[in-house]
Amino acid sequence: MKKFIGFVKKEYYHIIRDPRTLFVLIAMPIAQILLFGYVITNEIKNASIGILDHSKDEITKQISSKILSSGYFKLDASINSEQEIHEAFRKGKIKEVIVFEPHFAEKLKKEGTAKIQIIADASDPNMANLLTNYTEAIIRNYSIAITTQNTQISLITPEVRMLYNPELKGAYMFVPGIIAMLLMLISALMTSISITREKELGTMEVLLASPLNPFTVITGKVTPYLLLSFINACLILLTGYFVFNVPVNGSIILLLAECLLFIFMALSLGILISTATKTQQAAMLISLVVLMLPTILLSGFIFPVENMPLPLQYLCKIMPPKYFINIVRTIMLKGGNLATLWSDTLILFGMSIFFLMVSMRKYKIRLE
Amino acid sequence: MEKEKAITVKNLVKKFGSFVANDNLTFDVYKGEIFGFLGANGAGKTTALKILCGLSSPTSGEINVAGFDVYSETNKIKNNIGYMSQKFSLYEDLTVYENIRFYGGIYGLKLKDIRKRADELIQKLGLTNVRNELLSSIPLGWKQKLAFSVAIFHHPKIVFLDEPTGGVDPVTRREFWDMIYDAAGEGITIMVTTHYMDEAEYCNRVCIMVDGRIEAIGTPSELIKNQNAENMNDVFLQLARKAKQQ
Repeated sequence: MKKFIGFVKKEYYHIIRDPRTLFVLIAMPIAQILLFGYVITNEIKNASIGILDHSKDEITKQISSKILSSGYFKLDASINSEQEIHEAFRKGKIKEVIVFEPHFAEKLKKEGTAKIQIIADASDPNMANLLTNYTEAIIRNYSIAITTQNTQISLITPEVRMLYNPELKGAYMFVPGIIAMLLMLISALMTSISITREKELGTMEVLLASPLNPFTVITGKVTPYLLLSFINACLILLTGYFVFNVPVNGSIILLLAECLLFIFMALSLGILISTATKTQQAAMLISLVVLMLPTILLSGFIFPVENMPLPLQYLCKIMPPKYFINIVRTIMLKGGNLATLWSDTLILFGMSIFFLMVSMRKYKIRLE
Repeated sequence: MEKEKAITVKNLVKKFGSFVANDNLTFDVYKGEIFGFLGANGAGKTTALKILCGLSSPTSGEINVAGFDVYSETNKIKNNIGYMSQKFSLYEDLTVYENIRFYGGIYGLKLKDIRKRADELIQKLGLTNVRNELLSSIPLGWKQKLAFSVAIFHHPKIVFLDEPTGGVDPVTRREFWDMIYDAAGEGITIMVTTHYMDEAEYCNRVCIMVDGRIEAIGTPSELIKNQNAENMNDVFLQLARKAKQQ
């Protein structure tokens, strides 16, 4: 035990005497969460649109002003002919054009229907989708309003409620993902680097030639990173709470316990990587490519797993971050407890044990 | 009178796949002796040394280090030996004292003893002024001497030095050997690998390895006489050439 404390102390000196790395470790979570929270947003504000009004009557003007006063759109260019539409899109000045057909109000009165064409710039498909949805919704509301006025018939109006994230805030979605990403990064990357560094320096040999138990070496090496990762998880949660008002609706103790479980898993992966590599560079590269990409792409962090092709869905099923992100989202946003999360937790636990066993086995073989 | 043996090796073989790194080595090292392991790079010196330290396990052979069997009593061996690796083996981002304390600690010394011995050692090496400086700020020669002192800090029975003087200037190398003699004088058995042939003459006995085999073993003067050579360098060149012709 005394040897173990001595070892942890040594690791602590390594970390504390490398201020650059330490700064990155502490500043990164906060920088990441601010970046993701502010940059990636699904909300629309003041999108530039054009309106080509061939009719210029009472109703088209009403619809136009409804759309423009919604706060989502602003009129950028008045377009007077079809030819100008393409020009304006190409210049990138506008994202959407709304075209009213000639004699709009007249047709609406006589035939009960009139056409509005919505043209969107789909070089950014997500944006185009959002814009057209918003526009359609506004027009639909308007048409419902006038039909009920005229005919006194109440139409069916669906009332939509967004549960768990009523304002559809991006931060709600990203905070759990960032926790997974950073815990993976710090735990796996830093552990594998710090073990391979001892190999590069030749100190690993000296440690192994000493009476120090090899497992003391490993546990001594990972303990400081376990603490550091845990502190980071707390930092992310706090930043999420105070800057983006991301709530923790479920049990905070359960949330932290699940974080610890995930850290445990990531540390085992870090040890596994370090047994397979000889240099710090190789360890870093493998950690980034093999761990970070799946954490970002194959975990439901940004892209929903359900929308992926089937083989990728199966691939996602063996990615630990997928389960962790689901757990964190459920606890934070839905207030889930262990009764609802036991299967995900069990899978994560099983994966941790598996990676730990494999890495310890490989580590033992390396001693030969 | 039979001298007490510190290490006995009988028919040691180490294979990596089909490559034979150590081919049937047999030798003894006596207590308190400075035993040199000579050979070109890749001759199998480091491999043999690692087996004796318990860092690597032999393919076959009977090996006994400090009275313990290398297969079944590795932990007891590790408590009784010191090891200084080919690469420089102290931590650059720890201070002189912290390095000593860390290594003392992993050998299970009591903090009180560590403090006392560390103070004596720092004084002896003339490092008092830089006691609390990071290791990265002191010259290489001092680091090397410190690394050796740290390897024998826990008073092991045997210390293994793997090319300890690589990249060190001649003056420091001489001082380094003085320290080795001091340690031998205290009864510590020293096993050292080197490819500097002038250093071979500092050893009590040497063993010359060529391509994984022991080509010659004995005191430097015996070897020079047997090979009709002028110095150890000639002895080594003759043996190495003979091996190539075969």
